[in-house]
Amino acid sequence: MDSIQVVQVGKAYKQYPTRWSRLAEWLIPFSAPRHQLKWVLQDVSFTVNPGEALGIIGINGAGKSTLLKMITGTTQPNAGQIHIQGRVAALLELGMGFHPDFSGRQNVFMAGQLLGLNMEDLQALMPDIEAFAEIGDYMDHPVRTYSSGMQMRLAFSVATARRPDVLIVDEALSVGDAYFQHKSFARIREFRKAGTTLLIVSHDRQAIQNLCDRAILLAQGRLALEGAPEEVMDFYSAMIAEKEQQTVRQERLDNGKVRTISGSGEAGFTDIALLNAQGQRVEVLEVGSQAVLEVTVDVKQAVPRLVLGFMIKDRMGQAIYGINTHRLDRALEDVSAGERIVYRFAFPANIGKGNYSIALSLSRFDSHLDTNYEWRDFALVFHMININKPDFVGCNALDADLSIERLRQAASV
Amino acid sequence: MAIGMARAVWNYRGFVLGSVQREFQTRYRNSLLGAAWTILNPLSMIIVYTVIFSQLMKARLPGVDSSLAYGIYLCAGILAWGFFSEVIGRSQSVFLEHANLIKKLSFPRICLPLIVVLNASVNFAIIFLLFLGFLVVTQNFPGWAVLAVIPLLIIQVAFAIGLGIILGVLNVFFRDVGQLVGIVLQFWFWLTPIVYPASILPDGIRPLIEANPMAALIAAYQGIFVYGLWPDWLSLGPVTVLAMMFCLLGMRLFRKRSGEMVDEL
Repeated sequence: MDSIQVVQVGKAYKQYPTRWSRLAEWLIPFSAPRHQLKWVLQDVSFTVNPGEALGIIGINGAGKSTLLKMITGTTQPNAGQIHIQGRVAALLELGMGFHPDFSGRQNVFMAGQLLGLNMEDLQALMPDIEAFAEIGDYMDHPVRTYSSGMQMRLAFSVATARRPDVLIVDEALSVGDAYFQHKSFARIREFRKAGTTLLIVSHDRQAIQNLCDRAILLAQGRLALEGAPEEVMDFYSAMIAEKEQQTVRQERLDNGKVRTISGSGEAGFTDIALLNAQGQRVEVLEVGSQAVLEVTVDVKQAVPRLVLGFMIKDRMGQAIYGINTHRLDRALEDVSAGERIVYRFAFPANIGKGNYSIALSLSRFDSHLDTNYEWRDFALVFHMININKPDFVGCNALDADLSIERLRQAASV
Repeated sequence: MAIGMARAVWNYRGFVLGSVQREFQTRYRNSLLGAAWTILNPLSMIIVYTVIFSQLMKARLPGVDSSLAYGIYLCAGILAWGFFSEVIGRSQSVFLEHANLIKKLSFPRICLPLIVVLNASVNFAIIFLLFLGFLVVTQNFPGWAVLAVIPLLIIQVAFAIGLGIILGVLNVFFRDVGQLVGIVLQFWFWLTPIVYPASILPDGIRPLIEANPMAALIAAYQGIFVYGLWPDWLSLGPVTVLAMMFCLLGMRLFRKRSGEMVDEL
C-alpha cells in the first residue's frame, strides 16, 4: 500500500467579479455560477511509498504550499483525491498555537493537544520534549521571553515528540542555530530509518540530495518533472537560469544519469577533455596526481564578456570544488564571433577515490543564473583510483602526517 | 457524518478543554488579584442592578411589593441575555479570529464554536451561582421552580450556537455580517422585555414582542426568579423549534462551506 497517493489533484480558488456576485450566487436558486475558477494546481499525480523520502521543488508560487496543505488536510482539493496511510505530522508552521503569556511547558500541552495528542501522552513525552529542546529553565518561563531560536526548538520538539508515519517538512527547518539544525536533521533521519515517509520542500540542493530518494518539480501549478533528486535539481537550476528565452534539454547518459544542457547559445563547448600528467586524455586519474581540464569553446555570436566555470561533483551530486575565470580575474572582454578559445585548468587531483562528474558553464558574470550562454551537467565523468596513498576515506586527500609518542610504559604485571 | 464529527471533537477534547481553561486564565494573568476578579466583576454587576435600582432609585415592578423584585427581574433578564449575546457575539467572529490556525493546521474546526459555548457557559455559571447565592441570602430563593432553568438553558444555548455558527460562516464570506450583528443585538435587547416589564408596552408593539423568540425565554426566567413560577412550556414551543432549525441549518452550512472557508480566510 502506498503511503501517500495523490491522484490528479487540482486546486482552484473562486474569483467573483464583484462582492455582490457571491451573494447573488448563494441566494438565487438554480442560477448559473457567477465565479471564475483560478487554478493554482492542476492534474498533479504521484505516489510515495512507505519509508520513502520525496523532495518537492519549485519556485515561489509554483503551488508547493498549496499541495502540502492539501496533503495535511488543511485545505480540500477541488479535483482528484489524496490518500494517506497513517498519522501525519507537518513541520510547516512551527509554533502555531503558542501563546506568549504562558510558560513553555503549558504551551507544549496546548500545542500538543492541537496536534491531536492527549494529556497522558503529553505527560509521558514531556521529559523527552524538554530534553530535546534543551532550553533549560526557560521551560517554565513565559514564551514571550524566548528568543526566536528557543521558540523554534520547543516547537520542533513538540511537533516531533512522537514518530509520525508521514512527516512533512518545509524550509522552516533552516531556522535555529547550526547545532540545533544538525540535531533536528538527525532526528528526521532517525525517523526515516524507523520507517517514516518523508515529504520535503526546499530550494536547498544539499538538503534535497542528502535526504530524498526522489524529487518532483512543480512549475506553474503542474508537475513538470519527476525523477532522481539530482536530475530534478539540475533541471530546476537550469530552469531558473533560463527564465523563458532559452531551452533546457536533458539527455540520458550511458551510466543512467541525466545530463542537463541549457543556455542561450552565443558560445558553446566544442571539446572537453581531462588530461593526466603525461598529457593523455583519460577517464581515470590517480589520487594526488596532476591533472588538466581542457575546454575548447567556440563563440558563435559576439559577447561583451565571457566567463568559464567548472565544478567537480561527487556521485551524490555534492560540489567538491568549483571555480570560474571571473573569480580568477581572467574573464575575457569583448569576444567576437567565430573565435575559438582553449582553456586549461591545471590542478592536483587531491580528491578521494570514486566517481566524479564535471559541470561546466559559460556565462557573462559570476553566476550562470544571470546570463547563461551554455550550462552543461555531466560534461565529463571520471574515476579516481588510489594506488600510492594509504586507503583513506572521504573526498579530500589531506595527506595527514602522523607522529606518535608513547609517553608512559604500561606497568608490567 | 455527525458521528464522525462528534468523534473528531472527542479526540480533540484536550484541545477544547485546554482552550477554555487558557482563555479563562489569560484574562486574569498578570493581575495581582487573579481569580478574585472572576467573582468581583459579576458581583459588582448584581449589586448595581439590585441595590442601586431598587434601593436608591426606588424602582418598583408593577404589582409586586418586594423592594428587591425589580432588581431580581433585571438580573434574571440581563444574565440570560448576556449569556445569549456572548455566544452570538463571539461565534460570529470565531472563524475570522482563528484564521491563522484554520489556514495552517488541520484540526476539527467545529471545536472553535464549541470552545465559545463552553467559555460563555463558564462565565455564566459563575455569575449565575453568585446570583443564586444572593437570592438565598435575601430570602428570595424561588424554590423548586429553579430547576426549570436547566431546560431553558439548553434551548437557549442551542438557539444561540445554531444562529452563531450560521453568522460565523456567513461572516467569513460577507464581512458585513459582523457589523450588522452588533447593531441587531442592540435593537434586539431593547425589543425584549428585560429592563422594562412587558405590561407597560402599548398594544401596537405587542405582536412584535410575541414574534421575538428571546422574549418567551427571558419571560420564563423572570417568572421563575421573580414569582417562583414554572414556565409556560407551550410558549417556548416556537423558540425550541427555531433553535433546532438553526442548529440543523448551521451544521449544514458549516459542512458545505468549511472547505471554501479556508480558501477565503
